[in-house]
Amino acid sequence: MPTPRQISVTVNGTVYESTVEPRLTLADFLRHELALPGTHVGCEHGVCGACTVLWNGRAVRSCIMLAVQTDGTEITTVEGLSKDGELNAIQQAFVEEHGLQCGFCTPGFLMTITEMLDRNPDPSDEEIYDYLGGQICRCTGYQSILAAVRNAIEKKKAAS
Amino acid sequence: MKPAPFEYCAPEVLTEAVEVLEQNEGDAKVLSGGQSLMPLLNMRLARPEVLVDLARIPELDYVREDHGALVIGAMTRQRTVELDPMVREKHPLVYEATINVAHPQNRNQGTFGGSVAHADPSAEYPALAVALGAQFKAVGPDGERTIDAEDFFVTYLTTDLEGAEILTEVRIPALPDGAAWAFTEVARRHGDYALAGATSYFTLGADGKCATARIVVFGVGGTPVRASKAEQAMIGEAPSAALFASVGKAVLDDVEEPQSDVHASAAQRRAIAGVMTERGLADAARRAGIAI
Ligand code: FES
Ligand code: FES
Repeated sequence: MPTPRQISVTVNGTVYESTVEPRLTLADFLRHELALPGTHVGCEHGVCGACTVLWNGRAVRSCIMLAVQTDGTEITTVEGLSKDGELNAIQQAFVEEHGLQCGFCTPGFLMTITEMLDRNPDPSDEEIYDYLGGQICRCTGYQSILAAVRNAIEKKKAAS
Repeated sequence: MKPAPFEYCAPEVLTEAVEVLEQNEGDAKVLSGGQSLMPLLNMRLARPEVLVDLARIPELDYVREDHGALVIGAMTRQRTVELDPMVREKHPLVYEATINVAHPQNRNQGTFGGSVAHADPSAEYPALAVALGAQFKAVGPDGERTIDAEDFFVTYLTTDLEGAEILTEVRIPALPDGAAWAFTEVARRHGDYALAGATSYFTLGADGKCATARIVVFGVGGTPVRASKAEQAMIGEAPSAALFASVGKAVLDDVEEPQSDVHASAAQRRAIAGVMTERGLADAARRAGIAI
């Protein structure tokens, strides 16, 4: 039995001290240990993007990252997006533009778009395609997701 | 999916990482960005006893210039390379290769050195390294050594690194002045592993004819393939669409039997490598303002 490791990781602003098995993925850590099931698990090998979370502000696949690798770092999951029960601009835009149908892929899209707009509030089409290209949706159709991105950009501009 | 159990260590100094590898030779694996290794672990295609995470060794993370060459610490995230304005401005071929590596979400985590040391024959960085004549620094139990890119890649997923050696730095010479360059690949979807691709550069002499040419194709063998016959076919010729087409054909003679798999047959891969070479050369000329 491998030696469990002590980790301290900040998730959505809360510091968690945990003892984890080295082989525990970040996705499973969030879902099973921290009871944050908003991060979805689709392919479990880094392809679909459903499990995307922010790691020190960067969008990464939590299914191909180990919980032990995040010791001392900061994670944001989809649960960290709304404030006081209010959807944020990106989430609201998804509602308005029908950016989701079953919603399985949505947490990953939201986290990816969060990084994109943090980096550049006014991304080019090329940038948007590059980011969204890393996320797979099997039901909505990407046009309404694109519309949600553009809506979110406008909402954020109006708010600033 | 769960990886099989393993011990994990994240040393803060390089020599300690080398020691752990040496003590567990054959049973230990280096974890850098994990974008290739973690899927293999999840699917239990790899079952190391020990994982040695290099992410806590601060001196492996840097991008700098040295006498015009680009020097990258092995643990530098691909995204850091991509977002570095100096890289984009002065080492455009490195930038172009980088944005072809998987997706931003993978590049945020994947490292430059990890991709090189994993040595997937359809990966971008190994081809880039061979094209630009990069040099790799590795540290092992017997100290440090430097390996040329062309000697580094041995075959599929196999490099010249010894079991307890760790890749620490990649040194990439700048393109020659005024070089026209290109990086092109075909993947089923943008960001997927390439079926095949090509990277090239050339320079023109005062007479308007090709003075130097470098062509490397990938995804068509166990390692990136230097297309020497195709390079020769360019030297002394004036760039033209007809020349690029014949160079693209010459590439087929440089490529031995590529792998056939569910993604593409051997014949398809060879054909793609030729077409990517031709299109890349045309892209390169266009970008450099060379009329063809
Ligand atoms: S579940 Fe992580 S990328 Fe698909
Ligand atoms: S909304 Fe169903 S997979 Fe995207």
